[in-house]
Amino acid sequence: MNPKEEKVKIITEEFVENYDDSEVRRPKTSKAQKHKRKKQVQKASPEDMVSEKSPSDSLQEPSQDDPNGSLLNVTARRSQRSLPPTPSASRTGFAEFSMRERLREKLQAARSKAESALLQEIPTPRPRHLRSPREKESETELGTEPRAEVERTQQEDDSQSNSRVKVRRSARKIKSKTQVPPGYPSAEEAYNFFTFTFDPEPEDLEKKPKSKPRERRNQMEEEEEEEEEEEEGQHPMQTRANKAVTVDEEDVLGRPEEDFLLDLGPTEEDFVAVRPAEYQSVHTRLQVEDKLLFAPSKHSVPMYKKLPENVQPRFLEDEGLYIGARPEVPRTSQNIMENRLLVQEPVQKWFGDDGRILALPNPIKPFPSRPPVPAQSQDVKRELETLYKKAVKYIHSTTQHMIGSGDSPVNFQLDVDISGLIFTHHPCFSREHVLAAKLAQLYDQYLARRQRNKAKFLTDKLQALRNALQMGLNPANPHKSPNLTPKAISEYKSEIWQTRKLRDAEQEKDRTLLKTLIKVWKEMKSLREFQRFTNTPLKLVLRKEKVDQKADEEAQEAEIQAELSELLEEHLMEYEEQLEVYKAAQQRWKAWRKARRAKKKKKKKKKPAEEEQPQEEEEEEEEEEEQGEEEPVKPVPPQPTNRAALEQQVRERAAQGRRRPGEPVLVPELSLAGSVTPTDQCPRVEVLRREDVKRRSVHVKVLFNHKEVSRTDSRPLGTDFRVHFGQIFNLQIFNWPESLTLQVYETVGHSGTSLLAEVFLPIPETTAVTGRAVLEEVEFSSNQHVTLDHEGVGSGVPFSFEADGSNQLILMTSGKVANSVSWAVGENGIPLIPPLSQQNIGLRSALKRADAISSIGTSGLTDMKKLAKWAAESKLDPNDPNNGPLMQLISVATSGESYVPDFFRLEQLQQEFNFVSDEELNRSKRFRLLRLRSQEVPEFRNYKQVPLYDREILEKVFQDYEKRLRERNVIEAKDHIDTHRATVAKYLQQVRESVINRFLIARHHFLPADLIAEEEVPNISILGLSLFKLAEQKRPLRPRRKGRKKVTAQNLSDGDIKLLVNIIRAYDIPMRKPVASKFQQQSRPSRTFIEKHPASPATQSPAHSTDYPLDQVRVRPFVEVSFQRTVCHTTTAEGPNPSWNEELELPFRAPSGDYSTTSLQSVRDDVFINIFDEVLSDVLEDERDRGSGLHTRIERHWLGCVKIPFSTIYFQARIDGTFKIDIPPVLLGYSKERGFDSVRSLSEGSYLTLFITMEPQLVPGEPVREKFDSQEDEKLLHATEKFQAECSLKFPHRQCLTTAINISGKTVFITRYLKPLNPPQEFLDAYPNNPQATAELVAHYVSLIPFLPDSVSFAGICDLWSTSDQFLDLLAGDEEEHAVLLCNYFLFLGKKAWLVMGSAIPEGPTAYVLTREQSHYLIWNPCSGHVYRQFDTFCPLKSVGCLIGPDNVWFNIQRYDSPLRINFDVTKPKLWKSFFSRSLPYPGLSSIQPEELRYQHTDKAAASELQDRIEKILKEKIMDWRPRNLTRWNRYCTSTLRHFLPQLERSQGGDVDEDHQAELLRQLGDYRFSGFPLHMPYSEIKPLVEAVHSTGVHSIDIPNVEFALAVYVHPYPRNVLSVWIYVASLIRNR
Amino acid sequence: MAAAAPSVFLLMVNGQVESAQFPAYDDLYCKYCFVYGQDWAPTAGLEEGISQITCKSQDVRQALVWNFPIDVTFKSTNPYGWPQIVLSVYGPDVFGNDVVRGYGAVHVPFSPGRHKRTIPMFVPESTSKLQKFTSWFMGRRPEYTDPKVVAQGEGREVTRVRSQGFVTMLFNVVTKDMRKLGYNSGPLDTQGISGPSPLQGLPR
Repeated sequence: MNPKEEKVKIITEEFVENYDDSEVRRPKTSKAQKHKRKKQVQKASPEDMVSEKSPSDSLQEPSQDDPNGSLLNVTARRSQRSLPPTPSASRTGFAEFSMRERLREKLQAARSKAESALLQEIPTPRPRHLRSPREKESETELGTEPRAEVERTQQEDDSQSNSRVKVRRSARKIKSKTQVPPGYPSAEEAYNFFTFTFDPEPEDLEKKPKSKPRERRNQMEEEEEEEEEEEEGQHPMQTRANKAVTVDEEDVLGRPEEDFLLDLGPTEEDFVAVRPAEYQSVHTRLQVEDKLLFAPSKHSVPMYKKLPENVQPRFLEDEGLYIGARPEVPRTSQNIMENRLLVQEPVQKWFGDDGRILALPNPIKPFPSRPPVPAQSQDVKRELETLYKKAVKYIHSTTQHMIGSGDSPVNFQLDVDISGLIFTHHPCFSREHVLAAKLAQLYDQYLARRQRNKAKFLTDKLQALRNALQMGLNPANPHKSPNLTPKAISEYKSEIWQTRKLRDAEQEKDRTLLKTLIKVWKEMKSLREFQRFTNTPLKLVLRKEKVDQKADEEAQEAEIQAELSELLEEHLMEYEEQLEVYKAAQQRWKAWRKARRAKKKKKKKKKPAEEEQPQEEEEEEEEEEEQGEEEPVKPVPPQPTNRAALEQQVRERAAQGRRRPGEPVLVPELSLAGSVTPTDQCPRVEVLRREDVKRRSVHVKVLFNHKEVSRTDSRPLGTDFRVHFGQIFNLQIFNWPESLTLQVYETVGHSGTSLLAEVFLPIPETTAVTGRAVLEEVEFSSNQHVTLDHEGVGSGVPFSFEADGSNQLILMTSGKVANSVSWAVGENGIPLIPPLSQQNIGLRSALKRADAISSIGTSGLTDMKKLAKWAAESKLDPNDPNNGPLMQLISVATSGESYVPDFFRLEQLQQEFNFVSDEELNRSKRFRLLRLRSQEVPEFRNYKQVPLYDREILEKVFQDYEKRLRERNVIEAKDHIDTHRATVAKYLQQVRESVINRFLIARHHFLPADLIAEEEVPNISILGLSLFKLAEQKRPLRPRRKGRKKVTAQNLSDGDIKLLVNIIRAYDIPMRKPVASKFQQQSRPSRTFIEKHPASPATQSPAHSTDYPLDQVRVRPFVEVSFQRTVCHTTTAEGPNPSWNEELELPFRAPSGDYSTTSLQSVRDDVFINIFDEVLSDVLEDERDRGSGLHTRIERHWLGCVKIPFSTIYFQARIDGTFKIDIPPVLLGYSKERGFDSVRSLSEGSYLTLFITMEPQLVPGEPVREKFDSQEDEKLLHATEKFQAECSLKFPHRQCLTTAINISGKTVFITRYLKPLNPPQEFLDAYPNNPQATAELVAHYVSLIPFLPDSVSFAGICDLWSTSDQFLDLLAGDEEEHAVLLCNYFLFLGKKAWLVMGSAIPEGPTAYVLTREQSHYLIWNPCSGHVYRQFDTFCPLKSVGCLIGPDNVWFNIQRYDSPLRINFDVTKPKLWKSFFSRSLPYPGLSSIQPEELRYQHTDKAAASELQDRIEKILKEKIMDWRPRNLTRWNRYCTSTLRHFLPQLERSQGGDVDEDHQAELLRQLGDYRFSGFPLHMPYSEIKPLVEAVHSTGVHSIDIPNVEFALAVYVHPYPRNVLSVWIYVASLIRNR
Repeated sequence: MAAAAPSVFLLMVNGQVESAQFPAYDDLYCKYCFVYGQDWAPTAGLEEGISQITCKSQDVRQALVWNFPIDVTFKSTNPYGWPQIVLSVYGPDVFGNDVVRGYGAVHVPFSPGRHKRTIPMFVPESTSKLQKFTSWFMGRRPEYTDPKVVAQGEGREVTRVRSQGFVTMLFNVVTKDMRKLGYNSGPLDTQGISGPSPLQGLPR
């Protein structure tokens, strides 16, 4: 508020000043001026605070520096103090004016800026007279403000009003808020002020004279306060804007200013004075700046300035301490910094001992820690820890399973490189060799020592320590001493002592080694001279290095002196300590003596009393005596150190261990430059030895886990006893190796090999990968004793170099194997290392994981604590990067867990985000259930309400699933009896699963149509039609059937779907035969094949019909429909041609309540439509009762059935037609009534007219929208698409097939499936002269292969076509496979055969086979083996879409598609559109079928075994189904039935009906029979059981009923089995 | 359910479909249904409902008020699949055909108390301009095959939608045994909460 007021005042003042019009305002004006001045004065303080301001700015324009800030300060202070302003009458001078002017400009600039930028609410300067009342109010407020101020200031003392308090408070508030960053808030307030309240000025001026009541003022002030607060709220935003504004005030004096002025009034131009811009020359400015600014020099600072006086720079690095690399800073920057520090803070705490700025080591690593892209090189892989994770089989895999394909085992590879072998001793060594070996060994030792150069290192260390101690002790170095505590000093000292000792020892060792080396060499030389030949080329040369004797001496002397002084000091200290001890001891001794004397005196005194307690006394005395014994001697004072003696000692030691001063440094060099004496110049023994050596050869065996895995070639032993192998063995391993051993074998001549030694190789670290592994030498030795009769020294036997045999030596055969063992690297750069899990669990693997360990290669270290202890004791330099891994390891080991890996890993925080640990996830049943459900595992896909607690989940839930999982891999022959079928079933299951998984994936791809129901764009015809419809009659006379609305399956539940079966009528139901005509021979009925008995009507004479009493109904059939365990039946009709016309309604339940399309597609239930004969038999025992009651028993005899799979109904939506009833070839007690009308006489069997549909209609599943890849030619594929599109355009309902999907999911052109294939030879041989019979036989064979609809197994996704050999392997397939196989057989038989794609009842779209006989066409149903003529009215094939031959595809373009009405002559292009034509000639596609089919004969024994089993099972089942009744088996009948069955098979179900009946009657006597044989292809037991059950044979509950059941299994090649089951019930006639 | 160790928790939702803002349409009615996961089961109340037709108010707000009550209780063993309410609003177009005016879904609030939710509504768009015209002409706008689609995320990428308006819903949520079963869904002290003030629940 205050600044605001102030501002108002300033502006008003300006007005006043310029107009200079009224005297009334004069005092106010002057007061305002005064304020200004004051502000000028006070400007300094904010100036100081605003340090960010550039110096030039502050220099140049002091007055301009943030006037707002100063303003605020002033006002704040003033209002706070509430001091009356001192009146000032003086007019403003020019300077003041110019200053004011500038200020004003600035304000204007600020205002204009704000106007344009910030305050959009006032886009244009507001006209003064068009103000809203609200505005006016605010103006008045503001206008009165100055006056209020004035009054307040004047009437300071009468401060009874609370207004002032308020003002004060507000002021304080502002102050407290704003003074922290001085300048900003005030600027912004000024801003607000100007932008909001500038206009009213003139009015204010006018209003000023008016006096106002005080209350009003107070009220206004309150309001202002409020405003103020509001403004404060706006601060942060506006501050920023203001800042921007104030930066360039100077330039922004353009238009905005004018706006401002316009706003102010017309006379505003007078204020503006145009002046040149102020300029200060660079020079002067620099001068001014120089005074104010400090620019540190860029020159380097002399060392003395940086260090305390009289201190030499000390370079720690030179003293052997580790100092990290300093970060790189340009020299100039460093200098500037140093200079600045020196000037600003003269204390030298910023500088280190070396005179440089203290700095931490460079944190930048020399190499990037982020792993590079793996492709670059495999070397970087080391940084990445490879974590082995077992590959998880992708559930939704689309790969095809093949029978017997297991996981290929993973291979790991260990590379063992055996490069060579060196014997350090061998029996064939000559003496010289022994020496040479010794020499070589010593030399190696020497070299190794020299490389390490420990002595030098220790010397340096000693030096550094001494220096450090010196520094620490130096009193002239005060700033350093504080960190050198006495303790540190003593530590230093002890360390020096230790180091010195070590150094001395090292030096001594060096020297001894050198001496021994020389000694051995001398021995060798003498030996060579002695034996007058040389065996080894070894030669030792001693090179002398001259040294400056004087310097050397001096150095030595200095060293000695230093040592001496230290020793002296030590001794001194020791002496002092001892002295202390001595003194203490002395005193004690003296005290003791005193005490003793006193005691003695006492004793003497006590003597008289002694007798009273002699015992005690004695004890006491004893004690005393003991004490006396303890302190027998007076302590000896320690000897002070004898300096001379000490010096002597030191010198001696120096002389002993060190090189004498001036003595040249000896550098031995061993070379192989010497020449070996040729064999012919050697003595005989030597020649013998050499020959022996030559005869020997060596090889190495590699043993992995104690098993020999490979061996090297045998290599001869060289004269130098080195063997070079250079062989690398790649060991393919599966397990983590337990041991790796090399066995060295030696062969002498041809005699044999002997094991020399075993070398145990360490298992390499996981980091040791081929290419990086180092060749290592592993020593070995053997303990065998060899004595040789030549110059060779032998092994394990003593020998001597001396002539007299003294100084004997015993050497054992020993040597070194140079080898390297490493892990191989796979093709993709992954080391082939077995997973860690395979290793022994325990510390070992834990160690492996800690990278630090493996990087330092301390595989043997097991005791971490020990290691840590050692590290602490050895005082490792923790700063040294070389020790880094070790230190890390130690820190890890000691801290326990926190293990910081040295590598980079993605998802490192994954652990923390895991919901629960994996183990828990696996353990919890609930999680498991949830997981399985989300994976859409069939068993759990629709699991509802997973319980909350594990305990509520029964183990049972998983049982099925687990069982399935188990069985997936275990082939179980229980259900399938023979293993082949079990395998096949398994395989099919797998294929099914994979396809279902594929489908599950596809289910998650959506098309818009899946989600949005949208009307299709109507074309003209539809539009026209719909227009037509408007004129259509509402209720036409002949209504057309309208398609029902299809229901999508998602919102259905149990009971919503019903299956409607409308049974209309049946024809030709078999009739009961009169029992009376029991021995009458029936005429032989016709056979299945129509052609064979053209005269059948004649034989079917109703000859015996007369036997029947005409009034008796000969059959009372009814139909029973069973579906999903629901059974419905019609009423009973009468006669062989009944008409029911009844609708049966069966509820449909989807499996596990899942009504999705997928699940509905995979419903495998069948609708059984069974026809029974209801037989009423009189059970009345007593004829006399007849009048009083009805005593009949209702029996039902099965006559036949029609089986329709649910999937067919689902896909067809409705099934309408007449079906052939599947009637067994023999129905005991029944016969066909024929010949009543000539039309039907052609037909064979009985027929049922049905209509089946579902309510509501369900939308069948759509074919999968996946595009399968293909190996076909692109052009061909294109052509197929075109062809299909054309065809479907013309006849959208006709099936057109050009490609099929083979079992591996690839699109294949369909003609590739057709190729002549050989049927089993036995069929060809059966009827060599009757091709028709052969064809029938083949068709029968094909029909015996079990039928398995694709739509069930593959959930309606796609129709997979397997080739014929696959089909025969699988022994299951649908129509296409059957048709293809049959067609191929026919082609082989030389027939003209085609595949017919069309639709049939009840199958729907299907495949039949068409063959052309001489004059007519035959249509074969491949699944049933039936054959029909083209014009057979009962042919189930109802429409023909296309024909497929081995080389072409023809699409039916005739008007009709019923086989009855079409012409099958494919050569007519008007009737058949061919795929390959002149424009697209047949490219000669190769077939995908095999060259030839091979048939194995089925095991007859297995078949008969199966037969027995089936029989047993079925009998058991029948007994199970009759729990309340006794089931008796008529064994005699059974055996009779068993005889019939093979005949039936032979005749392929031809009617032998009457024979059976007659035979049975003849054999068994007076029985009432009811029975029939069932014939089925064999796939599983279950369908057989179902079939038997559905006949209801078991349901007879007449007490004296007997049963007979016989099974016959006829084997055909390739495990095709034909199963016959003869079931009969017998009731004895009384 | 034994009070000591409950095996399910209960969620009771009541409230109402209060009103809607569809500036361009009038005479609308709405359907609601709940979509919930497999572990949920309604125990009481109506899972779906269809409201009366309402006309715009004559005042400035032009609100379409249904005040259509919802009252349903679920039990569940798993918060996964927490119920969502799916609303679909229908109304006549110029030809008098009933067309969909908006779909929308929102989860039932997790925490007990009174909650107000405003659900933005949208409709699927036609796939082409021509279809748009014909669908308008034929009075059969594109619809979701199942309104429950709007409560799921899968497959939505194939659709395009247009915003239509808002529906305001009021939920009163009561849970039982949630805390006992280890699910913490609301403020610790449910006792002191008389429900957040209606203002607080209002969307911004």
